[in-house]
Amino acid sequence: MADDKISRREFINKSSAAAGTVAVGAVAGSAHAHDAADYAQSDYSVRTKALISVLSKKGLVNQASMDAVVDFYENKVGPHIGARVIARSWVDADYRERLLADARAVAREDDLTGVQGTDLIAVENSSAVHNLVVCTLCSCYPWPLLGLPPAWYKDTAYRAQSVIDPRGVLQKFGLTLDDDVEVRVWDSTAEVRYLVIPERPAGTDGLSIDELAALVTRDSMIGAERLQSNA
Amino acid sequence: MTTTNPGQALADLPLLPRDNDGPVFSEAWQANAFAIVVELIESHTISRDEWALSLSTTLKDAEARGEVNTGERYYDHWLTALEALIIDKKLADTEDLIAEGQSIRDHDHHRREGQLHHDHDHS
Repeated sequence: MADDKISRREFINKSSAAAGTVAVGAVAGSAHAHDAADYAQSDYSVRTKALISVLSKKGLVNQASMDAVVDFYENKVGPHIGARVIARSWVDADYRERLLADARAVAREDDLTGVQGTDLIAVENSSAVHNLVVCTLCSCYPWPLLGLPPAWYKDTAYRAQSVIDPRGVLQKFGLTLDDDVEVRVWDSTAEVRYLVIPERPAGTDGLSIDELAALVTRDSMIGAERLQSNA
Repeated sequence: MTTTNPGQALADLPLLPRDNDGPVFSEAWQANAFAIVVELIESHTISRDEWALSLSTTLKDAEARGEVNTGERYYDHWLTALEALIIDKKLADTEDLIAEGQSIRDHDHHRREGQLHHDHDHS
């Protein structure tokens, strides 16, 4: 230890000081400003990436076997969890009301893992309103409900453009909204995550919750897609 | 699908956020930070005892700073303990980690700067 150029504590201080230098593009139209906790949150991700990178170069960790560990746990979370929540909200008006009022409490009641520590807000799509979720700073995401974010969600272009030109972004996803549909963009943070409740497709009356859940896609719960009727 | 839990050896650590099936994570980086430790222990690069000591030292430091440990920041401390152990064991240099982190940030910053002028395909 003594011959270390930088001690443990200094390293920790340096790491957190460096966190303050993370550039945050003040994105016009952002729903709200990210606060200091967000810098810290993104910094953990950077620090983890740096560790993996340095240790990989030395052959001390192997990305493939690490992925296997992550995959194992990822199976416990994923879009199928969120899809069940959505399906139930379609058939159970009381559940839907509670979900919209306090999604975090509902997630806790449902015993969903990993919801501690972050608030969860459910927003509903309708014929008049379309909601789209982004994290302009990094890739904050309702992980316990949707699993790992898709690559495009982490893409800087999506993160910037979705608040500047959400309709244009949705068009790239193949979703053209009528001019009279209001688009609301929700900017996630380390503390608050958003879940979009997509509209229930027409022609799905009488389907069970399992059957309905199978219709709910990951992208629809981010607001990047509208569900189509299979009927 | 694996039948054995790859993180079993670590599953009984005190305070580890977990449910009946094992550890839980609220962020992808947490799963990665967890996976690094699993991998280093399985390859005998570090021992379980070394890891337990480094983690408990970091948690005690946090407590000494007056942090109430509710488990919500568990993986923040996990990552700090991992960096510290890796440096103590000279598996990597402090400078390398800082430089690599900075390079990742610069890269992100660079991409963020350029993003408004580039069209990306989201499909």
